[in-house]
Amino acid sequence: MNNSFIQINNISKHFADVKAVDDVSFEIKEGEFFSLLGPSGCGKTTLLRLLAGFEYPTSGNLLIDGIDITALPPDKRPTNMVFQNYAIFPHLNVEKNIKFGLRKLGLSHDEIGNRVKDVLKLVKLEGYEERFSNQLSGGQRQRVALARALVRQPKVLLLDEPLGALDKKLRDEMQLELRTLQKNIGITFVFVTHDQQEAISMSDRVAVMNDGKIQQLSAPNELYKNPKNIFVSDFIGETNFLKAETKSSDGGFTNVSIEELGEFKIKNNLNIAANSSDVVCSVRPESMMISKVKSDWDICLDAKIRQTSYLGEMTRFYVEVKGIDKTITVSSQHFDNQSFENNECFISISLEDISLLNKK
Amino acid sequence: MNEKNNTLLIYTLLYFVFLYVPVLFLPIFSFNDANYMSFPLAGFTTEHYEEMWSKRNLHKALWASIKVGVVASVISTTIALFAAKAFARYKFRGEKISYGGIMMPFLIPEIILAVAILIIWINLGFKLGLVPVTIGHTLFCTPFAMLILIARIEGFDFSLEEASRDLGENAWGTFFRVSFPLYLPGIVAALLLSFIISFDEFILAFFLTGSDATLPMYMWGQMRFVQKLPHVLALGAVIIVFTTFIVLLAFWLRNVGQGKAKKDIAVKL
Repeated sequence: MNNSFIQINNISKHFADVKAVDDVSFEIKEGEFFSLLGPSGCGKTTLLRLLAGFEYPTSGNLLIDGIDITALPPDKRPTNMVFQNYAIFPHLNVEKNIKFGLRKLGLSHDEIGNRVKDVLKLVKLEGYEERFSNQLSGGQRQRVALARALVRQPKVLLLDEPLGALDKKLRDEMQLELRTLQKNIGITFVFVTHDQQEAISMSDRVAVMNDGKIQQLSAPNELYKNPKNIFVSDFIGETNFLKAETKSSDGGFTNVSIEELGEFKIKNNLNIAANSSDVVCSVRPESMMISKVKSDWDICLDAKIRQTSYLGEMTRFYVEVKGIDKTITVSSQHFDNQSFENNECFISISLEDISLLNKK
Repeated sequence: MNEKNNTLLIYTLLYFVFLYVPVLFLPIFSFNDANYMSFPLAGFTTEHYEEMWSKRNLHKALWASIKVGVVASVISTTIALFAAKAFARYKFRGEKISYGGIMMPFLIPEIILAVAILIIWINLGFKLGLVPVTIGHTLFCTPFAMLILIARIEGFDFSLEEASRDLGENAWGTFFRVSFPLYLPGIVAALLLSFIISFDEFILAFFLTGSDATLPMYMWGQMRFVQKLPHVLALGAVIIVFTTFIVLLAFWLRNVGQGKAKKDIAVKL
């Protein structure tokens, strides 16, 4: 397994004054399902288009399997792309769409026939050879786009938000299917999405992007458990932010004063400086509890609940703690009944589940 | 409400009467058995059509018009295709100026264009004839062709061209395998309309033909003799039918596949 199969070295792409991609460097492993995740305008699609060859970088270089592809046009690159809108050729039927990219590969007639047959089977579209794009559903078009790219047996498959146009149920099915497909054929996938749940559930590793830069690159569970900054913490899942100030440092722990709640000893994985007010504490909904009786958790605060709104898995509480109004989101399983409104109660937080983050 | 609708209906009817009734006199009188355009009608005859077809000069003029029309429409549609693609697809410096420049023959009086070409052509020492007419018609048809093609190309999904590049085709392969087949209805519509504009054009031809008359020139020449009027009417009637057919065909072609594309989007949404 080649750990630096795709090398992205100091890549920048500027459009006039906008730095769409700003000096980004990282590597993607061979056979990996790799996701670029971020809000719209974060540079993820530009980065994918740079890999495909539809854009050329302002600076930096790109290597795939040891070959510098920075200056190669799209038709000379070992990549194929599944477009966001699928880009199925409307004047060609499914079979001709799939065969489109085989012409220049110098394959024999039999080989072409076999490849088309195999790939149709792979994406479960046997029997649809004669159909045209407007005779297919969204999910089927997505399969055609996938088949058309995979039939060329690229070293890297690029996917630009391919599930965005599908409805929720179909999207969940396709997520599982894409993941299984990728494991079976072993091709490196680079997947662009703005949907954090999608990225987390499918990928081996995820690069979270914002403002043209990589905010964090790690395995999905790491993103959730150990976010490196406030952006990642906020973007991945739900969280509660508490204003904080660091005091003295002590080994891997730091004394932190959290809002009006008092001073606590919190683990400091990110080497955040002492005596800084540019920090924030993040607590995930499942690490908080609301109850009517006092708990024995590390932090247990008196609170008055003004209003609640039930969101399914989570519940949002509008509370007053020590005279401050706050909104907190808590896992629904962590409270015992729903008669909280306008009542006194206790908010409990477990210290080891608090992440200390820099604001910037 | 009803009253208002009636007013609009009357207005619409008057408009079409004013527009088409004079034109309808041509076919009516072309079958009238008399040399003068006056009522009452004298009786039905196809004699004028037979007379029309017997004129050798008419055949020559028809052939000249077809030659000029075909060459001018092919060249102007080709130029218009490149231009339309550039305007619809890219943002570039001088975009507005180039657009205005191509549209100019559409706006300046034709007679000025004709005189300008005439002066330059003669000063260059060339002879008048069908070649300068073709050049003039090409200039004149290009803006029309471009407007039709821009309308076609603007709704075009350019990710199809990217997909083709991604699937290993170079720029030429992409043009011939993807862009051209999808632009084709627009291209044919532009060709047909350019041809008709050239076929009907009089002023440029008047200044630039010399002795090789095009069909409108021939008609104009015949009008000076009263006894030749009926067969010009017959010719006029034929041209009206032919032109109407071509224009309808062009408009139908312009919209071919567009409806499908709209349905496509609907399915996606």
